[in-house]
Amino acid sequence: MLYNLINGISLGSVYAIIALGYTMVYGIAKMLNFAHGDVIMVGGYMAYCASAYMGLPALPAILFSMLVCTLLGIVIERLAYKPLRNATSLAVLITAIGVSYFLQNAALLIWSSTPVFFPKLIDLPSIKLGHITISAASIITIATCVVIMIALSLFTNKTKLGKAMRAVSEDKGAAQLMGIHVNGTISLTFAIGSGLAAVAGVLMLSTSPLLMPTTGSMPGIKAFTAAVFGGIGSIPGAMLGGILLGVIETFSKAYISTALSDAIVFSILIIVLLVKPTGLLGKQVREKV
Amino acid sequence: MKKHISFLLALALCLSLSGCGTVPPSGTSGSGSSTSSGDTEDSMPTTPGKTPNIPTAQLSDQLTGTLKLGTIGPLTGGAALYGTSVANAASIAVQEINTFSEQFQIELSSQDDEHDAEKSVNAYNVLKDWGAQIIVGSSTSTPCAAVAAEAYADRMFMLTPSASSPDVNKGKDNVFQVCFSDPNMGVAPAHFIAENFPDARISMIYNNADSYSSGVAQAFITETEKLGLDILSITTFPDDNTIDFSVQLSKAMSKGTDLLFLPIYYTPASLIMHQADAMGYDSTIIGVDGMDGILGLKGFDTSLAEGVIMLTPFSASAGDPATVQFVEAYRAKFKEIPSQFAADSYDAVYILYAALSYYAEANGGLDVTNLTYPELCELLIDVFTDSDFSVDGLTGMGMTWNATGEVNKLPSTVVIKNGTYVGI
Repeated sequence: MLYNLINGISLGSVYAIIALGYTMVYGIAKMLNFAHGDVIMVGGYMAYCASAYMGLPALPAILFSMLVCTLLGIVIERLAYKPLRNATSLAVLITAIGVSYFLQNAALLIWSSTPVFFPKLIDLPSIKLGHITISAASIITIATCVVIMIALSLFTNKTKLGKAMRAVSEDKGAAQLMGIHVNGTISLTFAIGSGLAAVAGVLMLSTSPLLMPTTGSMPGIKAFTAAVFGGIGSIPGAMLGGILLGVIETFSKAYISTALSDAIVFSILIIVLLVKPTGLLGKQVREKV
Repeated sequence: MKKHISFLLALALCLSLSGCGTVPPSGTSGSGSSTSSGDTEDSMPTTPGKTPNIPTAQLSDQLTGTLKLGTIGPLTGGAALYGTSVANAASIAVQEINTFSEQFQIELSSQDDEHDAEKSVNAYNVLKDWGAQIIVGSSTSTPCAAVAAEAYADRMFMLTPSASSPDVNKGKDNVFQVCFSDPNMGVAPAHFIAENFPDARISMIYNNADSYSSGVAQAFITETEKLGLDILSITTFPDDNTIDFSVQLSKAMSKGTDLLFLPIYYTPASLIMHQADAMGYDSTIIGVDGMDGILGLKGFDTSLAEGVIMLTPFSASAGDPATVQFVEAYRAKFKEIPSQFAADSYDAVYILYAALSYYAEANGGLDVTNLTYPELCELLIDVFTDSDFSVDGLTGMGMTWNATGEVNKLPSTVVIKNGTYVGI
């Protein structure tokens, strides 16, 4: 029971960190960045290359991967999304899917479809609690998630840049009139989201170290679900949604059926959305007609 | 907003479906090369082709003449790897036999069916017009079943190297298999466990969305019941992109199991080994042919696979001389490591050679040149169903056949020790 709970929270923490990227970008740019899942995969490959080819130790390898992903996030935003700032949301969505496929196929060309086994970056002994053993990677994942959550809420509430981000998400036009650099703020959001994706990638690959070009797609979808579940656009919502999703998934596997776990997760999502269409912590926004 | 979200969810569902790719069973890649017909004049400098790869005692100098042999398989298209493996390996076997034997020669023609039932029948007709007397094929199950129906009506003998579905030879006395039929792959591990680990507490994890994995698993369950073994924990996972096995493993662990049967491909198996190690679950792992390739996984810590037992018809990394000779010859000619399909096809040609020799030996000589295919068919059916006829090949020792055409053989058992495969 305790073991499954910890595993569920650990899995949920990864979903939560990825979901943050979705929710922040949605909050500020009102678009779904479907390429986000593939940024996780790129982050994984970058950390793999840094450690396997450049021989970097764990921490620099993770920082390197974060740096590359941050730049990648900014480049994707500048090249693919910025020209479409005033286009219909459907056009942006299709572009996002295009970017996602582009990243997957580029990875396929560079690293081929043969999976690689991710090196042990976090090499700490497992922790024994009574008769159960919990891997160090799970503990570190949960801890990282908590740290990121605190840091991010401090950032958005206390700093100038964070306030600017919130202002842009409330009203782009008004924010611009107040002297906020809207494009810069959007780029910053993409940068933070993609940097977090790299962290999520490394954490995920530490517990399940199989890396291939499609690695990011399923966690990406799950995290997107988590973001919607918690209320898309809301940072605490993404956290809550991610962790709940991880726990529900693990528990339904453990106590109901391994074969039906995904079906159960998604049906709970549908029920929640029927009762509360904006998600658990989503704000009720009235659309003007 | 509601409308928005339902649209997005629908989209998410589509994306999640497209995300489920399949993992190829082994790391080999298709070369796209095809074999030309009539390989007899081709020179082959590097291959040792002097001694054939089966005990020469099984061969006979009473066998004479020229046999026209046709293979069918996808040489182009998405399944090209399978057909090219079959055609390539058959050409190696034919060249070895032609070099070895003076008075018995084989002419080979390999036809493309693009893994399509209709085209496979066309390929079969092309071969019949060319004068083929025996068919080695088709390489894949669905096309093979279609060709088998034609061949049954024509009385053409068929030996399929690799079509593993039971549909291929159901109700047809002229179609035989070299590979295990799908369900039989789960039988051998059950017997192996009953003999070697009679007191084991068994658990199993398999992929319930994959027909290969669940087919083997079902056969394993049925056979263990017959043998009186209990499986204490059976859990599944939905696709080969699954990343988290902690629940499946903790279930197996909480039941106190010490033997884990994994009828799955090596990629999810590698994750299971990693996560079992992280949670301190120690058990003997037994896999089947899908596990072949795990040591080739880039970056994989092979100490995790230490002690893994694999029951597989063929492993290119096995160290026995026959396999080594075949792998060398194949690599020299086609620049890649042969797959199990190649080994099956190589065996198929030698099995036919052995069967014809067996008949020649028993009846004081056989000249195949002017035999029609129905004559050969009846003759070969008699030999294959003869309980004394058995062949040792790359893909199994003591191969015998029953009247339905299914092969009975012992898969070789290899264990991983110090990062390499060692035979038991």
